[in-house]
Amino acid sequence: MPDTASPILDVKGLKTVFRTRGGEVHAVNEVDFHLHAGELLGVVGESGSGKSVTMMSLLRLLPSPPAEMRDGAVMFGGQNLLDISDEELRQVRGSKIGFIFQDPMTSLNPVYTIGYQLAEPLRAHLGMNKTEARARSIELLQLVGIPDPERRLKDYPHQFSGGMRQRVMIAIALACDPKVLIADEPTTALDVTIQAQIIELVKDLRRKLGMAIIWITHDLGVIAGIADRVMVMYAGQVVEEGPVDEIFKDPRHPYTQALLKTVPAVRGARAEKLQVIEGQPPIMMAAPSACSFRNRCAHAYGRCEDANPELTAAGAPGHRAACFLLDEAASKQPETVDG
Amino acid sequence: MAETTAAGPLVKVRDLKMYFPIHAGLFKSHVGDIKAVDGISFDIAPGETLGLVGESGCGKSTVGRSILRLYDVTDGTVEINGSEIAHVDRDSLRSKRPMMQMIFQDPQASLNPRMTVASIIAEPLDEHLELSSKERLARIYELMDWVGLNREFAKRYPHEFSGGQRQRIGIARALALNPKFIVCDEPIAALDVSIQAQVVNLLEELQDRLDLTYLFISHDLSMVRHIADRVAVMYLGRIVEVASRDALFAEPLHPYTQALLSAVPEPDPASERNRTPIVLQGDVPSPANPPTGCNFSTRCPKAMEICRQMEPGVFEFGGGRQVACHLYSDDMAEPAEPTAGSESN
Repeated sequence: MPDTASPILDVKGLKTVFRTRGGEVHAVNEVDFHLHAGELLGVVGESGSGKSVTMMSLLRLLPSPPAEMRDGAVMFGGQNLLDISDEELRQVRGSKIGFIFQDPMTSLNPVYTIGYQLAEPLRAHLGMNKTEARARSIELLQLVGIPDPERRLKDYPHQFSGGMRQRVMIAIALACDPKVLIADEPTTALDVTIQAQIIELVKDLRRKLGMAIIWITHDLGVIAGIADRVMVMYAGQVVEEGPVDEIFKDPRHPYTQALLKTVPAVRGARAEKLQVIEGQPPIMMAAPSACSFRNRCAHAYGRCEDANPELTAAGAPGHRAACFLLDEAASKQPETVDG
Repeated sequence: MAETTAAGPLVKVRDLKMYFPIHAGLFKSHVGDIKAVDGISFDIAPGETLGLVGESGCGKSTVGRSILRLYDVTDGTVEINGSEIAHVDRDSLRSKRPMMQMIFQDPQASLNPRMTVASIIAEPLDEHLELSSKERLARIYELMDWVGLNREFAKRYPHEFSGGQRQRIGIARALALNPKFIVCDEPIAALDVSIQAQVVNLLEELQDRLDLTYLFISHDLSMVRHIADRVAVMYLGRIVEVASRDALFAEPLHPYTQALLSAVPEPDPASERNRTPIVLQGDVPSPANPPTGCNFSTRCPKAMEICRQMEPGVFEFGGGRQVACHLYSDDMAEPAEPTAGSESN
């Protein structure tokens, strides 16, 4: 992960609001992040934390109305994806940035064959003819480990199992050799043994193709195994980000700390009682003016009520967290904050 | 499988089979069966939690539903608290319903959206008991207190609650008639990570307070390790291994259990880098057409010739541990060192 090179994808101050009858829901609030070439960024958060909405906002995949990208910039290949025309955006979607959705059954079209759906991006983006597209489709299915690809091109999605369908989704996303692949909970709908297959496949593809990947999940175990860097989201904001080892070894935000403790393990010592985070995540009916975790936080104090903490450097390079406790720690021992 | 060491099990299941018929053709003739549950046996001791794990489609939910007679079972016997459940008529079954209850996976789908919380919780009371309205209300409030719901919410409707709170309503309803045995069918699968722990802790507290016995069905091995005393692993309609929780997680013996445990990622990057999961090839075969011999033989990394021809017997390893695998046919029945193959840490 070269930190000096300019990032391939750079998101600044992204803000997405849903207009509903009950008022505005602030799903994404001032989210900043970047992605380097060849890097795997893990995005963790509970449902409703805004992780999927953030990624869908990047490619303007959300229907508007009700969604509205109110502010921010998404810099990719010298363009701001939020400003370019629909036609220019179409050149990016599916070609330079691939997307894998959570549920492979609902994201594949049931009335077209797999062969047709694989050839579609190839013909639209790369201008291939039928024969070329077919040859490339077979190659792609081989790449993602589907046996007997020539015959399977004629099959419909319902003829594939869940794991195989997710492989097809990955093949479609990879069809045009994207620079960035966004995977939204790609293994959540799958069983553990199938999840292990898909994770091995993605690791292998990364070695072969070297693309940058954003992997959204709520499973901390999956993230620990594959990510280079981790971003933790809560209530539509990034509350902590940093290299994967730092996040797991030395989490700085109370939410990350609590999240890591609530998950029981299959190996090692077994806790008598599970740690819990009391309460519920907030519903963001307004832009945050205070720390959104304060009502569930064991360390909350007066300052958390008054202002919304910004991401500040914490320990190791690249490790940042949005919590006032970091300020407190820094002012107590001004020399170093131990990492 | 067979007997546990504990005396007098509360739940006793023997050779349970649940086949769903497949009808096809113009006259809807019976052309085959989906063998969702194909001859399983187990016991659950009073106050115990038996975890039932397996991948989707292995029949674990069908087991939970058939032992409560939500399905009419094809074959086998089920005994709960000394009374036969599997083959009794509807009237005598109805009188036994209060002692066995169920908590469902999806709290959204299992609560009637047009009923208030109070009427949902009171429905079993109205069906089975004759309470005065005062007693009824007192019982509703008591149940809401047990599961940690604010009494003021009694008049609200399910959609006004979050997923975790809805699951609490479902738990209160299951507790209404003082059951002895509760089947928890993936009770936390639809909940967020931080809410899962709240619900699991609640289930454990209630078990201690009310002396409940659980069958905890889940695909989440780490949660099962937390809550269960003993664990049964299912694959394609059969139980492949039963063992105490600690023994199973420390040293899985069946190749499927080994693969299943090794596939679970751990939230620790350092150990994740050194972990080499046993990656199973292929998918689970269809239960309508299971392979001959051992059900797992098509994906088993240690499959031998005999596995494709003969169904493995059940081998006893002592301490209630049982494994159905040909690997142990030579040096079986010894509670000492079982020759399990390579182990993932």
